[in-house]
Amino acid sequence: MTRPILQVEGLAVELRGEAGTAQILDDVTFHVPAGGSLGIVGESGCGKSTLLRAILGILPKGAETPRGSILFEGRDILSDRAASARGRIGFVPQDPYLSLNPVFRAGDQILEIMRRHAPGSRRDHRAKIVELFRAVQLPDPEAALAKYPHQFSGGQRQRLLIAAALACDPSLLVADEPTTALDVTTQREILSLLRGLAADRGLALLFVTHDFGVLASVCDRVTVLYAGRVAEGGPTRTVLDAPQHPYTRMLLACHPDRATDLAGIPGTVPAATAQPSGCRFHPRCPIVRGSCAESPPQTVTEGDRVVACPFHAEPILA
Amino acid sequence: MARYILRRVLLALPALFGLVILTFVLSRVVPGDAAATLAGDAATPAQIADIRARYGLDRPIMEQAAIHVRQVLTGDFGRSIFSGRPVAEEIIQRLPATLELTFVALFLATVIGIPLGLLAALDHNGPIDHLVRLLSVGGLAIASFWLAIMLQLVFSMDLDVLPLRGRMDVALGQPARVTGSMLIDSLLAGRLDMFVDACRHLVLPAVTLALPGLATIARFTRSGVLETLQKDFVLYARAAGYGRVRLAAIYVLRNAVNVTVTQIGLLFGALISGAVAVEAVFDWPGLGTYAVQAILSADYKALLAVTLVVGVVYAVVNVAVDVVQALIDPRVAEEHR
Amino acid sequence: MTALRHIFRDPVAAFGLLIVVFALLVAILAPWLAPYPDDAFESHILQRLRPPSAEFPFGTDNLGRDILSRVILGTRNAFAVAIAVVVAAMAVGVPVGLAAGWRDNWMSDVLMRVTDVFLAVPQLILALALGQLMAPGIGTAMVALAFTYWPFFARTVYAETRRLRGSLFVDALAGIGASPTRILFLHVLPNAAPAILVRATVGMGFTILTAALLGFLGVGAAPPSPDWGLAVSEARQHLPEAWWFPTFPGLAILLLVLGFNLLGDGLRDAADPRLRRSRR
Repeated sequence: MTRPILQVEGLAVELRGEAGTAQILDDVTFHVPAGGSLGIVGESGCGKSTLLRAILGILPKGAETPRGSILFEGRDILSDRAASARGRIGFVPQDPYLSLNPVFRAGDQILEIMRRHAPGSRRDHRAKIVELFRAVQLPDPEAALAKYPHQFSGGQRQRLLIAAALACDPSLLVADEPTTALDVTTQREILSLLRGLAADRGLALLFVTHDFGVLASVCDRVTVLYAGRVAEGGPTRTVLDAPQHPYTRMLLACHPDRATDLAGIPGTVPAATAQPSGCRFHPRCPIVRGSCAESPPQTVTEGDRVVACPFHAEPILA
Repeated sequence: MARYILRRVLLALPALFGLVILTFVLSRVVPGDAAATLAGDAATPAQIADIRARYGLDRPIMEQAAIHVRQVLTGDFGRSIFSGRPVAEEIIQRLPATLELTFVALFLATVIGIPLGLLAALDHNGPIDHLVRLLSVGGLAIASFWLAIMLQLVFSMDLDVLPLRGRMDVALGQPARVTGSMLIDSLLAGRLDMFVDACRHLVLPAVTLALPGLATIARFTRSGVLETLQKDFVLYARAAGYGRVRLAAIYVLRNAVNVTVTQIGLLFGALISGAVAVEAVFDWPGLGTYAVQAILSADYKALLAVTLVVGVVYAVVNVAVDVVQALIDPRVAEEHR
Repeated sequence: MTALRHIFRDPVAAFGLLIVVFALLVAILAPWLAPYPDDAFESHILQRLRPPSAEFPFGTDNLGRDILSRVILGTRNAFAVAIAVVVAAMAVGVPVGLAAGWRDNWMSDVLMRVTDVFLAVPQLILALALGQLMAPGIGTAMVALAFTYWPFFARTVYAETRRLRGSLFVDALAGIGASPTRILFLHVLPNAAPAILVRATVGMGFTILTAALLGFLGVGAAPPSPDWGLAVSEARQHLPEAWWFPTFPGLAILLLVLGFNLLGDGLRDAADPRLRRSRR
């Protein structure tokens, strides 16, 4: 295995609020190998966005990280502010319609990022942006610099944001469900563009999604989050073909593309302020045992897979 | 953009025309017998009849209205009953003084109000925020004529550091009139001493007049910045690595300030009203004192002309505000195409 | 009721309400609260322009009248003018806004164009013009203020009516055959009430301020009325010696307008939950 470019170790994030302290993330561990790709999957509310914000260094006010570390290229970007990876981690946001400032020209918004994080003059930066616009297949790249966001289509805006993410020559690209706001055809184009760019430039990819289809087409590895903890992780193919954690098994059963029956999962993701004791999935788990409510489950490692359930071999009876 | 400006100007015209009609209705209907009012209390019936014929008051009302509109459109507001001089001439004489005062006040309000609002938003619920809230609510509650007198009392009478009234020290004379603005004319004349003196005379009136505007601007900037900070693109910009200060002071502010600019347009009305009070207290020879003098001398022609001129200035300012908005946010002009 | 609870939870708005209620009590009880209630009219030349003392806490004016008493008695005038003006402006503006907002036809266009004409010139200027054409006096000032303030109500109600007429419950009512008048007055108007209330509260503050300015300029209240604006104007000839003379009536204006503005702010927050976030 190659040296990981991003390594998250036992990360916990807590949010202090009026309703008490919410445990958003707990003991989250995974890594992204250099040039590799990892997908993070989970339902909404499982802590995906908070994880991203922690990696990008933009946790909201009141959020604390009592335990764990995030190593980017070997340096802890969580505790060492100087090592902050802003600009060196390219970020592709979820919603291309809302993520661009409507009152500034496209070129200027990217130049602002480069001003702080890329060497060279403004003229160099402009040339670089035009080149990137070409790489992301934006029509008429020269003219695009001076256009305002509303003059682009949704797909074009996402291309623009991908170009912005690449502006400072990052070694890791973090994408937050970059295709959910787009129509299906555009989705496919954007995904293949991302794959192609990552391969050409030797970029590592961290992909957050709730869509297994997207996951299968982009990522080598996958980590499944449930209620702020890792439920299962491993190579995408093996996890999709033979899920082990009861949550993953049920989640995959819900997915219409591969559904045998649309069972759904009874119950909802617990609120972050009222996490169940022990295994956080136990109130909804079909193979729950008495011990599940007592202490967090031991993580079982088998080859290149991990699963946070000691009873994962049990069959689920419908 | 040119089309957009033209459109806005055309939109302002009906209201202005309506104002001309309104002033006509007011001048003919409200005083009862306009001729008797014009002639004064001691007039004989013969004098009144003479005035009626001279002012065309004996003609059919629609014809009078048409004459009124034609006169206004050609800038003929008649002669002042008080001074006997053409009202239009007197207004041109005085308008620059009011414009100078209001624009300096607006400038002060903007350059102080916007940063204050920004600071308050960035210090959301902190001490600066509370201070600015107090200032913005208090600034709108204060009667400008009273504040003017209080400032005079302290700075002109007690401490004697600033002039009490007027636009320029009598001993200095006046610069040659070019624009009517003391600041500009004294600079054009190359008289730095006059410029400094004009500035000193402007301080108290402009500060008095600026305070309510400052309060409004700070308040709307604050809420605009707070709203913008919630936007996805701000989160994205932070994630992408924008600098903190530049993000707040340039990127967020430009979005937020659009609301503020709308307010500046509305504010201008309050500024003109305030100017009447402030000019009265500081003996500022502008439209405000002209209006007050017209009231005291029952000079209704002068007063109606002031109303119309202020209406035109107000419309021009509001068109200018729309144009500035379109420059700040390119979507504005396109939406109205 | 929820609005009232919201006001009490917001200390600044509650402070505003406190000021307004206090001032209202002062206005109602003025003749009993004022140490020298007769000083509304009587003059005592011998004790003119005395500085504040135990006997005259706010000092005396140029005719030897107790300023504290006159400030207290003036509260009544301020309230009377403001309430009359706001109610009159509402009586004109609300129906106009309802009528104009209900349908998109020529009448609606005409009404809103007329409203625009009134908004095309600052309120004070129009009030001055009107106040002068009729005989100057407090009655004229009130008519002039109401005459220039109704468009604000018309605008507010117009916007609310347009917003509400598209809503489902109005469709449902029209579907079961309720008459437009009935829908407007029994269903649309109550829903527009919060916006009208906010506008009225802010209008009270605005009217007090403008009425004081008219008094100051000599187009409003006439002597010997204990009007605050008039008092400030009378005080000008006695400066800088009698600093207390303009100071206390001015402070009274500031305090009462501040109360209405703070209350209006709080009501606005309570009426519009979307804005609430930015306040706290």
